[in-house]
Amino acid sequence: MPETLFRTMMIRGFGLLAVLMLFVVPVIGSRAMVQDLFGVLTLLVLALNWNLLAGFAGLVSVGQQAFVGLGAYTMFACVILLDVDPLWGILAGGAVAMIVAVPVAIFTFRLSGAYFAIATWVLAEIVRLVLAQWKALGGGTGTSLPKGTTKDMWGVQWLKDTLDVSSSAASDALTYWLALVLALGTLAAAYVFLRSKAGLGLQAIRDNVGAARSVGVDPTRLKAWIFLLTAAGTGVCGALLFIQITRVTPEAAFSVVDWKAFVIFITVIGGVGTLPGPIVGVIVFYILQRTLADYGTIYLIVLGLIGIAVMLFAHRGLWGLFADKTGIELLPLRHLPPRSAHSS
Amino acid sequence: MIWIDTILQGVLLGGLYALFAAGLSLVFGIMRLVNLAHGDLIVLAAFVILIIMSSLGLGPFMAALIAAPIMFAVGWALQTYVLNRVLGDDILPPLLVTFGLSVVIQNGLLEVFSADSQKLSAGSIEAQSLTLGPVAVGVMPLLTLVMAVVVILALNYLFFHTALGRAFRATSDDAVTAGLMGVRPDNIFAIATGLAMVVATISALFLGIRANFDPSIGPARLLYAFEAVIIGGLGSLWGTLVGGIIIGIAQALGAAINPAWQILAGHLAFVLILLFRPRGLFPRAND
Repeated sequence: MPETLFRTMMIRGFGLLAVLMLFVVPVIGSRAMVQDLFGVLTLLVLALNWNLLAGFAGLVSVGQQAFVGLGAYTMFACVILLDVDPLWGILAGGAVAMIVAVPVAIFTFRLSGAYFAIATWVLAEIVRLVLAQWKALGGGTGTSLPKGTTKDMWGVQWLKDTLDVSSSAASDALTYWLALVLALGTLAAAYVFLRSKAGLGLQAIRDNVGAARSVGVDPTRLKAWIFLLTAAGTGVCGALLFIQITRVTPEAAFSVVDWKAFVIFITVIGGVGTLPGPIVGVIVFYILQRTLADYGTIYLIVLGLIGIAVMLFAHRGLWGLFADKTGIELLPLRHLPPRSAHSS
Repeated sequence: MIWIDTILQGVLLGGLYALFAAGLSLVFGIMRLVNLAHGDLIVLAAFVILIIMSSLGLGPFMAALIAAPIMFAVGWALQTYVLNRVLGDDILPPLLVTFGLSVVIQNGLLEVFSADSQKLSAGSIEAQSLTLGPVAVGVMPLLTLVMAVVVILALNYLFFHTALGRAFRATSDDAVTAGLMGVRPDNIFAIATGLAMVVATISALFLGIRANFDPSIGPARLLYAFEAVIIGGLGSLWGTLVGGIIIGIAQALGAAINPAWQILAGHLAFVLILLFRPRGLFPRAND
């Protein structure tokens, strides 16, 4: 066991080092690298949220792209219609996503398993089709952020002067750091939540609903909270994504490939229902993307095949496989049993 | 008058959706499997028909006759070697496997056949129409609806009047007990998915003759089909037909008001019905 402990410490050390290095990337790395890693970090945020939903709460939604799109459109509405700083738009994006999630939850929670999945997809389509009618934000063809929006964003001028870079590089750096903070924050929040009493309840529901109920866990309430909070996290991420992309269309904001297929494959390959899973998944995803980027659709086929193989042969993903083999628990969700009063 | 025409067009469109949905309803009803790849498998069947037509110089109907057993084999193998391994109480694994399949099939077809839209040409029958009193109806759309009814009649006969159908129903109700009576659920599931693929071939035939198709259209068709199945109620094939027709009418009415609202109206009808009947209109089986 000490060896396992040692290895766990090693991996944690590497993790910490990696996080520190990620923080300095905009200072020492190229702009292309910053943009690449921004994409990776935002996908990680989406995957962490989806993993909480599908892997831990048993809410298999295939319509989370709705909240990415809602966040993106809310941010654009804030900038174009209300003329406020896009950074406020990020918060508004999360808030609107969470508000819309309330009626969505009320509707979908009455449906069981498979019906729930299909209903989330239908609702995502409804949100997309409705927003495509919004003429002030470009309707079906979409619209761009007004010129100079990202340049005038809070903090960009200061970063520009401090780092001595162009204003577009400064705004890239700012969105990158926000994505990094969002990813770390989501991970930390998920960890704290899953280790809390409520989180234990959630995992108890996943393992055995009847037994969980019998000791007083209220599944619907807990699941509803997870649904609302992950919607907010997904909306915030969507808004942030489109500040960097600077152009929104219904197809891009509700992209089935980017915000659904990639997110699901990342989580599945890394390990659905394990906390470090999405991190492993996003690393594998990034490597695959770099090696197969020139082959276009082949890339999606390979991702799909790996996803299927993982589900067939190791359905707790690469992380699950690794943890089972080595006994390493990077972010342990189990508690030590309470010290019994009778033992002494 | 225009409203009667619109509603009639909607009913006929619903026939096509019911045809998409019939295979789905079969699989969903028997093994509670949400096959997210069903739409892409229909598109795959359409391409199989297309290849047979061009390589053997056959018409679409003859080509579909050859394609049907091929697709049965595809379905059988898919169920035996992939899907049976992930079926269980947890709906997550089968859902994710079929989602992966959907992406693989869609992009595989894109790689082989490119994004060009294709059509199954059936000759003069495509343009023919019948005059029914005040309105004119296309022969092909009418034939599609008739085919949907025929498929559902045939499946219902199979379900309620044959030994295989008895095994289907028994496995659907309780796979373990059915196993004790000498039914092998894995085998039953493989046959069911094979049959669903035969129905998928029939729907691919009518889809391909009526409209253009390309590798990317699967998921949208799947969604309409699922709406039809869910509105109809689990395990009721006639319910699936009614569900398909409701989606068809809603889409036709929506399109008549504003072309951009066609799809939206169909989805809203789905939400509205589920709001009042969470288990669909005619649920037979318990989930």
